[in-house]
Amino acid sequence: MKKEKTSLLRNGAVQSLLASLLCILLGLIVGYVALLLINPAGANGAIVAIVENFMTYSKSTAQLRYFGSTLVKTAPLLMCSLSVLFAYKVGLFNIGAAGQYVVGTGACLYCALGLKLPWFACLIAAIAAGAALGAISGVLKAYCNVNEVISCIMLNWISLYAVNMLLTLVKEETSPYTFTLASTNEGAILPSLGLGALFSKNQYVGLAIPLAVLVAILVWVLLEKTKLGYELKATGCNKFAAKYCGMREKKNLILTMAIAGGLASMGAAMLFLTGFEQWQCTQSAVPAMGFNGIAAAFLGGLNPIGAIFSSYFIQHITNGGAYVDKTMYSSQISDFISALIIYLCGFVLFFKMALNSWLNRRDEKKAAGKGGDGK
Amino acid sequence: MILLLQYTLIFASVLLLVALGGCFSEHSGVINIGLEGIMVMGALGGALMMKFLPDSTPAIGMILLVVLAAILLGMLYSLLLAVAAINFKADQTLVGTAMNLLGTAAATVFVKAMNTAESVDNVSSTIQYINAKKAFLVNIGSFEFNWFMLLALLALIGSYVSLYKTRFGLRLMACGEHPQAADSVGINVYKMRYAGVLISGMLGGLGGIVYITAGVSEWKFENGVAGFGFLALAVMIFGQWKPTRIALAALLFGFFRALGNVYSGFDMLKALNLPAAVYNMLPYIISLVVLAFTSKKSRAPKAEGVPYDKGQR
Repeated sequence: MKKEKTSLLRNGAVQSLLASLLCILLGLIVGYVALLLINPAGANGAIVAIVENFMTYSKSTAQLRYFGSTLVKTAPLLMCSLSVLFAYKVGLFNIGAAGQYVVGTGACLYCALGLKLPWFACLIAAIAAGAALGAISGVLKAYCNVNEVISCIMLNWISLYAVNMLLTLVKEETSPYTFTLASTNEGAILPSLGLGALFSKNQYVGLAIPLAVLVAILVWVLLEKTKLGYELKATGCNKFAAKYCGMREKKNLILTMAIAGGLASMGAAMLFLTGFEQWQCTQSAVPAMGFNGIAAAFLGGLNPIGAIFSSYFIQHITNGGAYVDKTMYSSQISDFISALIIYLCGFVLFFKMALNSWLNRRDEKKAAGKGGDGK
Repeated sequence: MILLLQYTLIFASVLLLVALGGCFSEHSGVINIGLEGIMVMGALGGALMMKFLPDSTPAIGMILLVVLAAILLGMLYSLLLAVAAINFKADQTLVGTAMNLLGTAAATVFVKAMNTAESVDNVSSTIQYINAKKAFLVNIGSFEFNWFMLLALLALIGSYVSLYKTRFGLRLMACGEHPQAADSVGINVYKMRYAGVLISGMLGGLGGIVYITAGVSEWKFENGVAGFGFLALAVMIFGQWKPTRIALAALLFGFFRALGNVYSGFDMLKALNLPAAVYNMLPYIISLVVLAFTSKKSRAPKAEGVPYDKGQR
């Protein structure tokens, strides 16, 4: 019985889960302390609002509807986190998910609003744009030895300005927002598959959500069960060893970044092709979705299946931030908490090491104790 | 033309300060991706000081106090990186990224809370410092000299001397090249790395306050510092981790950044009729191109990004 318990704690997945839960807990506690410091009177209400999100509504139809809205935004976040974790498995830090998300938005909205293409064409255009952007970072890394973090950040800003320029062509005259899909090109809206009806007629819920989950599973299969995935991971571990084994390490690097880019930009299409949001052409900061993807990827223990749950959690508290009392706090408090969670994820390795050495010590003690009894 | 020179110098000062900060941190062996967040924190410290000091404060006092506030907050914030990367052997890229997000989010939350506490209707994340800013400026003809330019120059000289001519600097660099060897001759690697990160926090924080006072007299903290911390990293790489080359690189990048502010003053550029976004993109595009050509024979400190483990051979 006891032996089983030990092996459970030693299990990598259990350790990751524990570490993630600890990160969440600590993140929420520090967030709560920050709320207390700002205004002690409303801190309890605010942290409850963040954690409750749509559950603040008393009617179940409203709850269901806003649960749907949270899910609609979870799909792109999941894609971004898959993008980050996929690259990370291959030893690359894809901080460019944000930029790839932006070009995805640009491509799909321009195809939908400017060229009036149907939804699948828009989706493919978005994927292609993101993959191309990712590939640029990959090429720079493979052939010019440019650190992918720096090149990705530069590309993030370049794509933001470029997409603002492009989408100004399809924006409403009196506002900085792009046309709505419903008024311009209904064929570009992702099919709802009848899912919307399940969430008290939330018309934005549709194909994107099951598709994102499917992609998560595919990414898992690709990484764990295929030769390509094995090669990519080997390249990430040691590119010289990979080269020595006859793998084309440069091609693998570029391919990885292209896939990662495609994942992030597909996420953008999954959000903007539902018509849930319009792009604001005067946006002066890269959207947070890509960066939150980093949080979700690490919180999910760098596992595609874990990412499904962690993405939902991050989106849950991000949406929950909208319900805090605006006379005391700002909704950015949830960004603050998710940034804290990313920071804490840096300590996961240390946590696992400490846990393992504690387990080892305990086992040693037990063994020593048994030996003593024998004599 | 003078305006272009003025903006070039002030933006180059920002990049120089922050890149030197990164240089110290990387020479000690810690990659500091979190410079952007450190800049935001330094900017916040300085901006708060400017907001709350009475306008009648003498210029010299104003300068000293603002600089002190920026430096202190920057250093405090950089401790987050130091503790995680040096004591807990955390992934430095991850922690740095988290610091960037955290810096902007924390500053926004704080400033918004402060603004709403002052008047309920004010939900912006903007701090104004129109009058306080005047303490930093001296008009020489039509050229607006900024005391920060002098500070940046001093920082450059200081960095050069301390890195190459003092025992501290040489030891610091040894810790970034081969920490085990440094340790074997009795250098405390952990202490040196702490020193490197804290200096980067100091210079990064200072760079932050210079950046938000360059050309504008209010700052919206929701925007962070618009990737300037990363531009500074590009400057550092282009400068091959050497202070003098970093200075030249900073001038080049500062020039392209300044073009974005003043291009409409040039008839030739105006005639090209390019949208403003192109000029906004310019520094980033240039840095990508430059990096593509200079990264191949990189002279990065050998042990940067690798947590120091005493037991490792």
